[in-house]
Amino acid sequence: MKEKFSTLTSSCIPLPMENIDTDQIIPARFLKATSRKGFGDNLFRDWRFDKDGNPIKSFVLNDPTYSGSVLVAGKNFGSGSSREHAAWAVAGYGFRAVVSSFFADIFKNNALNNCVLPVVVSEGFLASLFSTINARHNATVTIDLQAQTITNNATGASEHFDINPYKKGCLLNGFDDIDFLLSKKADIEVWESSQNNPI
Amino acid sequence: MNTLFDKIWDSHAVHTVADGPTQLYIDRHYCHEVTSPQAFAGLRERGIKVFRPGKTFCSPDHNVPTQHQDQPIADPVSRNQVETLTRNASEFGLTLFGLGHPKNGIIHVIGPENGLTLPGYTIVCGDSHTSTHGAFGAVAFGIGTSEVEMVLASQCILQPKPKTMRITVDGKLRPMVTAKDIALYIIAKMTTGGATGYFVEYAGEAIRSLSMEERMTVCNLSIEMGARGGLIAPDEVTFDYVKGREYAPKGDDWNKAVAYWKILRSDDNATFDKEITFHAADIEPRITFGTNPGMGMGINDAIPSLDAIDDSGKISFTKSLSYMGFEPGEKLAGHAIDYVFLGSCTNGRIEDFRAFANFVKGKKKAPGVVAWLVPGSWKVDAQIREEGLDAILTEAGFEIRQPGCSACLAMNDDKVPAGKYAVSTSNRNFEGRQGPGARTILAGPLVAAAAAVTGKITDPRTL
Repeated sequence: MKEKFSTLTSSCIPLPMENIDTDQIIPARFLKATSRKGFGDNLFRDWRFDKDGNPIKSFVLNDPTYSGSVLVAGKNFGSGSSREHAAWAVAGYGFRAVVSSFFADIFKNNALNNCVLPVVVSEGFLASLFSTINARHNATVTIDLQAQTITNNATGASEHFDINPYKKGCLLNGFDDIDFLLSKKADIEVWESSQNNPI
Repeated sequence: MNTLFDKIWDSHAVHTVADGPTQLYIDRHYCHEVTSPQAFAGLRERGIKVFRPGKTFCSPDHNVPTQHQDQPIADPVSRNQVETLTRNASEFGLTLFGLGHPKNGIIHVIGPENGLTLPGYTIVCGDSHTSTHGAFGAVAFGIGTSEVEMVLASQCILQPKPKTMRITVDGKLRPMVTAKDIALYIIAKMTTGGATGYFVEYAGEAIRSLSMEERMTVCNLSIEMGARGGLIAPDEVTFDYVKGREYAPKGDDWNKAVAYWKILRSDDNATFDKEITFHAADIEPRITFGTNPGMGMGINDAIPSLDAIDDSGKISFTKSLSYMGFEPGEKLAGHAIDYVFLGSCTNGRIEDFRAFANFVKGKKKAPGVVAWLVPGSWKVDAQIREEGLDAILTEAGFEIRQPGCSACLAMNDDKVPAGKYAVSTSNRNFEGRQGPGARTILAGPLVAAAAAVTGKITDPRTL
């Protein structure tokens, strides 16, 4: 049984850059661990710390006026490498959801497999949310997975978001793809024996 | 009327979850040391074995040093990850081409060269450049570690079916324009996220005329425009390449396989969700100027001005050029460079080394340029020596290192120092990709060779 996700109300951390790739989320030199733990410490490592390991004050994660478990990012978040370490870093830091107008496919799958909800919103909603957070750093959003809605609580603007119904069920109930696949082993064996391709 | 992608995908669908993903059967699973340890740990926690151990092949590549591979890896963390793969392969009964094995190399290079990658297959690996194998007419794509665990546990993954896109490149390529230039051109036109959600089929005269290795370069880079994968229908070029390789079908099985592979193509009236056409004659030798592979241009072009960028993209564009030390509107031909990297799953095959060696033959490496020439596998290395390319390269002032991913992502010691410019035949120019602060200019092997002998960004057609 995995973690569950139902509703979340939280302030946000804004990253308005577009095309944030997984090498920025977690640089390759931090991929050498053999467990899933500890990646949050190096989330956005090279934007967050200088080469001596001192926090870079201007970076949003080092700004104490911002906090919360929702990351709001520019479009095409999570492009590049398939490293699930990026989702582990986002989850490990304490984020439960990432809001953007567009996600790279592999990151989206990886996030869902780690109970981090990728919330796809319109470009207009995203731009307005960035403005809201910019004006009031502790502004909150409410994400309701059952209803598939996200609300900017400062403006009252609300939007429906799409999610695959199977994945929605997994998140709401804490189900796991591997348990599902293991329950299908007999079907897989039947399928294998029905194949007559020459290769 | 179906696309090639639909045919392969649908024929591997064990089950489709109602309103949900496909349970897709996987014919071939490749495994490297970085994205697999947590998946094996997951199997141990559940107390289960690998369901079909004969379908997974492992090779350490990301962390490996490119010198002194006969000695233990100096970095203890890298060494642990490589040794963990060795232990996992042994414990779960998987084939491993470990360090020092004559078949070791970058997983996307060794799969094809050993005949493990075949037309019609579904192929996955915890690595986004798994799209490389699409060159054979396979549905091949990168996955995360949770999905690696799914494959190990059940030989299946749950995956939403992507949409289909056909990218046609018409006509003939101009001289000294390489497969890498085609890919960088397409990515720049599509943008770094422009094919997200799609599986791409490449078609057209310019694609059909490519060798197998060139097709691998094109398919390899599909992910750099966000595509789930990219594939090319198999033809005689494919069959000639596969025939006789160690794991390829033999004898009567070969004949049956070829008969099956010949029907693997999109039907004439197949409908794609999106169709795009480019013209080969428009493609020049390419370079990138920014920090994603979509930020590219012809080698003699100028970087776009800030006015040409959408408002929402201005922050990223400015940050990117500031990282690279370039100005909007600047031309880069003639700009001094410090490093050259020939290698990676994109351009680390024998044809890349031939192109580079033929270009630098009779010339000399520019003083001050550090050049890393890293074959994609030990088989590539052996062929370099067999063909005498090593002598040409040595004479021109270059040395050949030992196989691995190397400076493509700098998980080993091959790191470009902060602020230095590297012309690199690899696949990503992201910030810090080749080392913290490193500035990467992506290019094909000829542009890399021209930079190596001049110390500047140079149009190879001018030398």
